Amino acid sequence: MKYIDEFQNPELARRLFDEIRATVTRPWALMEVCGGQTHTIIRHGIDQLLPDEVELIHGPGCPVCVTPLEVIDKALEIAARPDVIFCSFGDMLRVPGSDRDLFQVRSEGGDVRVVYSPLDALKIAQQNPHREVVFFGIGFETTAPPNAMTVYQARKLGIPNFSLLVSHVRVPPAIEAIMTSPSCRVQAFLAAGHVCSVMGMGEYPELAERFKVPIVVTGFEPLDILEGIRRTVRQLERGEHTVDNAYPRAVRPEGNPAAQAMLADVFEVTDRAWRGIGTIPASGWRLSERYRDYDAEHRFSVDGITTREPAACRSGEVLQGLIKPNECPSFGTTCTPRTPLGATMVSSEGACAAYYLYRRLGVTATPLEASPVV
Amino acid sequence: MSDTTSQSPRHLPTVDISGWTCPTPLRETPRVVMGHGGGGALSAELVQQIFAPAFGGELLAQLGDSAVFSLGGLRLAFSTDSYVVRPLFFPGGSIGDLAVNGTVNDLAMSGARAAYLSCGFILEEGVEMPVVAGVADAMGAAARAAGVEVAAGDTKVVEAGHGDGVYLNTAGIGLIPPGVDLRPQRVVPGDVVIVSGDIGVHGVAIMSVREGLEFGVEIESDCAALGGLVQAMLAVTPDLHVLRDPTRGGLAAALNEIATASATGVVINERAIPVPPAVANACAILGLDPMYVANEGKLVAFVPREHADAVLDAMRAHPLGAGAAVIGEAVAAHPGMVVARTLLGGTRVVDLPLGEQLPRIC
Amino acid sequence: MCLAVPGKVMEIEERDGTRMATVDFGGVVKEVCLEYVPDLAVGEYAIVHVGFALQRLDEESARRTLALFEELGLLQEEFGDPWEAAAEAGQEAGQ
Repeated sequence: MKYIDEFQNPELARRLFDEIRATVTRPWALMEVCGGQTHTIIRHGIDQLLPDEVELIHGPGCPVCVTPLEVIDKALEIAARPDVIFCSFGDMLRVPGSDRDLFQVRSEGGDVRVVYSPLDALKIAQQNPHREVVFFGIGFETTAPPNAMTVYQARKLGIPNFSLLVSHVRVPPAIEAIMTSPSCRVQAFLAAGHVCSVMGMGEYPELAERFKVPIVVTGFEPLDILEGIRRTVRQLERGEHTVDNAYPRAVRPEGNPAAQAMLADVFEVTDRAWRGIGTIPASGWRLSERYRDYDAEHRFSVDGITTREPAACRSGEVLQGLIKPNECPSFGTTCTPRTPLGATMVSSEGACAAYYLYRRLGVTATPLEASPVV
Repeated sequence: MSDTTSQSPRHLPTVDISGWTCPTPLRETPRVVMGHGGGGALSAELVQQIFAPAFGGELLAQLGDSAVFSLGGLRLAFSTDSYVVRPLFFPGGSIGDLAVNGTVNDLAMSGARAAYLSCGFILEEGVEMPVVAGVADAMGAAARAAGVEVAAGDTKVVEAGHGDGVYLNTAGIGLIPPGVDLRPQRVVPGDVVIVSGDIGVHGVAIMSVREGLEFGVEIESDCAALGGLVQAMLAVTPDLHVLRDPTRGGLAAALNEIATASATGVVINERAIPVPPAVANACAILGLDPMYVANEGKLVAFVPREHADAVLDAMRAHPLGAGAAVIGEAVAAHPGMVVARTLLGGTRVVDLPLGEQLPRIC
Repeated sequence: MCLAVPGKVMEIEERDGTRMATVDFGGVVKEVCLEYVPDLAVGEYAIVHVGFALQRLDEESARRTLALFEELGLLQEEFGDPWEAAAEAGQEAGQ
């Protein structure tokens, strides 16, 4: 596919690796915020090919993993209702709630459907006027505009049986929270390119200046990731901390004003709990007063559900790179990709899930006795 | 550039990252979930924890695509499979083609030439007769093409709303030629891994017409009977080590099953895997990995190194193996694991899929 | 977050007052909402996420980025691989 194949070229990748190797002189800890970038890194084995000095800390940017338990439980309760068709992106179906997931709701008779786009859910609502159709509106600034447009369309077209269960999150407050954490050791960020395609780069100079960290807007193909790393390392080595755009083909400094205007109309900023992390002020969106009628939480009176997760593993420290996943007592025993304890194990690109696979590889390559695991 | 400084100062977050917590695990699934039929880890657990202990029996415990045994001096392969697919008719085939070819292929993977099939129809009340006739005609045509006879059958009807129109089950039996012994336990380090052609084609063709995912693509299911291709390969040498048709769970599941059962490692060169652009691009849009997407007319073979070139040539000379390619080898390292060399020269573990692969947004 | 892929606009039409397009992703065709990039024309590329075009793809920027990567290589071919050069220098110093 054009604009993808060229950016996977192994020969050009080798040149970028060489350039990064030639630039780096001491250890640096970079965080790629976005789960999509983590996926590319793991998928292509980029982390193994980087010089030892460059450490990638996988950030909390997987919207599926950070959707709070409370919202998952609300989704499960709504999805179990006989009058409801519950539509979701595919990757939400396996995320555990307090005692079950959406797959299990389906096994108990719930009508849970996987769709590609929120507009598909709206179409299902038009085709099933006598049933309530709820779309699970999760995601970062990239996914928020499509969901906002869908609610806007529902109101414009007068589709009363459609509603949105909203749990949107925003990147800049998460960066702020990470940098103000007392144990933070992140020295630079690869910012999520597609978030910036929508929001532009205006929110980042203040963060770069305040925390003295380079922030490089980065794309998602292997060469994009390497270019993001190259520019970040160059800044770090020079003692700079500016906002840079390594993904200009899809990111304009001003972002997408039409999408931003729709977000401002449909959503309002709210505090949001991040699963495995905690509540981050002003880090989420909920439907604005004008669209409250389309809020599934109100329509199905599930706002009363509150939950609290027991502290069972140390994913917070893993996300910070403070400990390796296998230093967590739950790792590989009670916590595996099959039965994830934490956000870092839930998705295939989470730090623990990735580590789980490579640890198996390492362990089988060398005898267990020879490499004691904490 | 930024106007954020003009905003009123807001409350600073007080999130201590070292205090981040985690969700409670889901240890059990009290009911059957879709993943139990996905051909991945959940399917395997269902068989190992419930079916195998309940039935006992050494043959079942081998967990092959078909059971291989001697009866009256003959070596036979025996297999059964059930078919639930939506929609019933899809680009390149129908549930009827799948039901014949799937069981013929399960037999072929043990080297057997399929001789007879049985067929069970579970029909939903209200399904239109032309639909049933269309499925039956497709089965008849597929059986004739595969050189197998549908020799026994059964029909049941369930109430409207309790089925997707037509469910099928077929069982099949076939003779294994002398000298042929195909099982994962025969795999040894050094064996060459060959795939018979483009992967992911069937799965993408089905997804393209599935409600909620629909997309346009010039691609048809690769559904085909592989008996002829297998005979052509065995004509080169009966000493092939193992064959698998990578259906549900795709190439990744087939390779993992072989790695686990043979206790060898498998290394795959990602660049060598034949993935047609339409499959690669459909997977890119949906966030899927072609290695996990289903095939219905492909096989993967572990071949002793000394025979690999000749077997590859024989495959390429057959219409169903024209796109055959060497994609990797069995190794002594990391027994039971499948590892891919990536496009950039890194490595990644290709794990057994948990259940069905889901479109993702992240 | 953000599984978004580049696609080429093939056809544009209004549906229910919404600007929609048929978009080709290398042989895979899907319906995409153009409301957020309304001036996108047939033949142009956009980044598409869950059925929505979110930003026009700038061909010139893509070309410049790739040219930059090529130059990295050229510089190295001219001056030799700095990493190898450093390693060689280290060996010589050690001898």
